Amino acid sequence: MKLRKLAVAASIAVMGLSAAALSTPAFAQAKGKAAATSGQEQFFPLLVYRTGAYAPNGVPWANGFLDYLKLTNARGGVNGVKMIWEECETGYATDRGVECYERLKGKHGGATAVQPLSTGITFALTEKAPVDKVPVVTAGYGRSESQDGSVFGWNFPLIGTYWMGADVLVQHIAKKEGGFDKLKGKKITLVYHDSPYGKEPIALLQERAKMHGFDLSLLPVAHPGVEQKATWLQIRQNKPDYVFLWGWGVMNSTSLKEAQATGYPREKMYGIWWAGAEPDVKDVGDGAKGYSALAMQHGAEPNSKVVKEILEKLHAKGQGTGPKEEVGQVLYMRGLISSMLSVEGVRKAQERYGKGKRITGEQMRWGLENLDLDQKALDGMGLGGVMRPVKTSCLDHMGSAWARIHTWDGKKWNFSSDWYQGDEKVLRPMVIATAGKYAEEKKIVRRTADDCKK
Amino acid sequence: MFYRENGQFKTSYKADQQAFAIPQDRWAIVAIVAFAFIGVPLLVDEYMFRAILVPFLILSLAALGVNILVGYCGQITLGAGASMAVGAYASYNFLIRVDGMPALAAILLGGLMAAAAGIVFGAPSLRVRGLYLAVATLAAQFFWDWAFLRIKWFTNNSSSGSVSVADINLLGWTINTPTDKYLFCLGILVAFSVMAKNLLRGNMGRQWMAIRDMDVAATVIGIRPMYAKLTAFAVSSFYLGVAGALWGMVNLGSWEPAAFSIDRSLQLLFMVIIGGMGAISGSFFGAAFIVILPIFLNQMLPLVGTLFGLDVSTALVSHVEFIIFGSLIVFFLIVEPHGIARLWATGREKLRLWPFPH
Repeated sequence: MKLRKLAVAASIAVMGLSAAALSTPAFAQAKGKAAATSGQEQFFPLLVYRTGAYAPNGVPWANGFLDYLKLTNARGGVNGVKMIWEECETGYATDRGVECYERLKGKHGGATAVQPLSTGITFALTEKAPVDKVPVVTAGYGRSESQDGSVFGWNFPLIGTYWMGADVLVQHIAKKEGGFDKLKGKKITLVYHDSPYGKEPIALLQERAKMHGFDLSLLPVAHPGVEQKATWLQIRQNKPDYVFLWGWGVMNSTSLKEAQATGYPREKMYGIWWAGAEPDVKDVGDGAKGYSALAMQHGAEPNSKVVKEILEKLHAKGQGTGPKEEVGQVLYMRGLISSMLSVEGVRKAQERYGKGKRITGEQMRWGLENLDLDQKALDGMGLGGVMRPVKTSCLDHMGSAWARIHTWDGKKWNFSSDWYQGDEKVLRPMVIATAGKYAEEKKIVRRTADDCKK
Repeated sequence: MFYRENGQFKTSYKADQQAFAIPQDRWAIVAIVAFAFIGVPLLVDEYMFRAILVPFLILSLAALGVNILVGYCGQITLGAGASMAVGAYASYNFLIRVDGMPALAAILLGGLMAAAAGIVFGAPSLRVRGLYLAVATLAAQFFWDWAFLRIKWFTNNSSSGSVSVADINLLGWTINTPTDKYLFCLGILVAFSVMAKNLLRGNMGRQWMAIRDMDVAATVIGIRPMYAKLTAFAVSSFYLGVAGALWGMVNLGSWEPAAFSIDRSLQLLFMVIIGGMGAISGSFFGAAFIVILPIFLNQMLPLVGTLFGLDVSTALVSHVEFIIFGSLIVFFLIVEPHGIARLWATGREKLRLWPFPH
C-alpha cells in the first residue's frame, strides 16, 4: 500500500514536472527576446559534445571555438559589438542536436550562425536553415555539394569539403608514385565510419578511380568504431597499396592499433583531417609513427601568435576554456578557426549593414558570402602561417581549397608536404551535378546573380 | 465525487458497447483532442512544436504500433525501427518514382509495404516464442539497416546514403510550418488511435489477447495462431511504417538509415514497457516519458544550478541527466512494473471512491 502511494505521488510529480518543462522553454525564449531589444550583442548557439563516444575530439574543438569568442571580446568585440553564446550538449546525436538548435535559435534576438560539428546534424539543419534564415557553417565537414551556394544558400562548408580532402589525398599519392598515370592498377582501400560523414568521399574517390584506373575497395566500420577486426583481416588479405582512413573519435585510434596488430605499414595510411589530431594518435604513441593525415590548412600550432595571445589574455587570467596544455592542438585550432570565420562573417556584414550594430542571420549570410580574408587580415589576427587567404562568393561557399599533409612522429604532428589545391576540374562538375539533383528533389530554384546581390 | 458512475444506466447494447462507456471518460477524451487541435496551436511556440510535440506525436504512433504487437499479442519485437525504416524509405520511393503521387497516399503505401515486410519477418513467431522471438526479429533490424545502407536503388543513388524530400502537400495544403506539421501528425495520430481502439475491442483484438494470455488455450477455443500472430505483425508494422514515413518526411525532412537504428527499436520497446503494455494510453505516456523527460532535465538542471549559485557545465548536465533518467526508469519498473498507464488506472479507481473511500 505504501508503495502504491509512493507510485501515485511519483506519477503526479512527473506530470507536474513535464507541465513545467513545457512552459520553461517558452519562458526562456520570451526572456531572450526581451534582452535582444536592449542589447547590442551577437549571439552564437554552440552545439557541442563534451560527453559520449566522440567527446575526446569534441571537447578540444569546443574549447577552441569558445576561446576565440572570448578573445574577440577581450580585443573589444567586433567594432564594439560583444559576442555572447550558450552551450548545448548534443552528444553527436542528430535528434538531440536538432532539439538544441531549436532551443537556442531564437534566444537573445536570434542565432547569428550555427556550427554543429556533425555531418548528421548538418543534414538535418540544412532543411531548417532556409526557413529560419540561420547560416549553417560547417568548416571542413558537412555535405560536399553544399559548396554550391546557388542551391545551398545557407550552408557554408568553409575552407574544406570531404570531396576536396579526398581529392588532395589522391593528388598526394599520385605525386609520391610519380604521376597520375602510375596510379593505374594500384589498390586503394577506404576504411570509413558508416555514416553520412564516412560516405561523403566515396563519390569523389570513385570518380578519380575511373579517371586513373586504380582499384577502390570500401570497408565500412559501424558506429562507434571499436570493432574492426574483420575490416583489418580483409586489408591483410587484399594488401592494398594505400589505406584512406575516414574515422572519427575512438575509431581512429582503433584503426591504428589494428594496423599495428596486422602489420600494415602506417606510412601507407592517410587520414582525413578529422583523423589527424592528438586524441587519435596519442594513445597509440609510437605505434602510429609514420601515419599521415590531411591538415585542413592548419596543423598543431602551439607557436602561432593567436595562441600566444590567448594564453596571455585568457588562460593567464584564468578565463580560458579547458586545460592550458591543449591550447594550440589540432582540434583546438580547428575550433578556433571555425569560430574566427563566424566572427569575420559578422565583421564583413557590419561593413555593409552598419558598423557597431547587431547582425541578423540574413545579414550574416551576406557577410559569409563575401568573406575576403587576405594575408594582411590573417596576420593581423595572428593567424599568419596558420592558414591561407579565404575568399568566398555567392556561388562558392567554400572559399579556399588548400590543404597539406602532416605526419605523426610518435610525439607530435609535423608537416610533411607542400600545399595542395583541390582540382576544380574534377570537383566543380560533381558539385554542380549533385547540387542540381538536390535542387530537383527539394524543388529549389537556383539563385541567380541578382539574388546574390541582395 | 466527479467521477461517479452511480445512476448511469445503460439501456441498450449500443450504449454498453461504446468505446468509452463512462460519459466522464468520453468527455475528457473529446476535450483533450479538442484542446490538442485548437488550444495547443494558440498557446505554444515554434520550439515546442518542432522539438517536442511533433516528435512526441510521431513516436506515440510508433509506440502504439509496438504496443499492439507486444502489449496485446504478446510477441516481443526488436525490429520496430526496421519497420519504421521500411515505411520511410518505401514512401520516399513512391513519392519520387511515381509522378503525381499524393503525399498521404505515399505515406499509407509506405505503411502497407512495412506491413508486408512485417509479415515476412513475423513468420518465425509461429515457431519460437519469447526471448528467442526477440532475437529472430533482430534479423529484421539488421537486414533492413543493411539494405538501406548498401542497396543504392532504395536511396535513389544518393552518394552519402541520405535522402531528402520536399515539403509534402495534402490536397493543396502545403505542410511546411511547424503548426501545419503538428496538425497533420495529430490528425493521423487521432485517426490511427481510434482505429486501434476499435480494432482491439473487436474480433481481431480479442484473438490477439487470447494468444497473448495462453496460446494453447486460444488454439483450443478455435483461434488460428498463424492468422492471429501474422495479423498482429502486419497491423503493428503498418502503424510503425506510417510513423516512420512521418518521422522521415515531416519531422526530419532528410534522413539516413541511422535515424531508424537498433537504438530506435529499443527506445520504442522501452516506451511500451514504461508506458504500460496492453494499454493504448500507455503508448502516449511512454512516448512522453522518453521524449520529453531528457529534454526537460537538460533544461532544468542549469536552472537548478543557478538557484544554488553553481555554474553547471554542459558535460555535467548531460551526465546528471543520464543518471536521473536511468534511475527514474528503474524506479518505475520496481514500483509499478505494469507501467505508467497502470498508475493512471489506479488513480482513476481511487477517484471513483473519492472522497469517501471504504
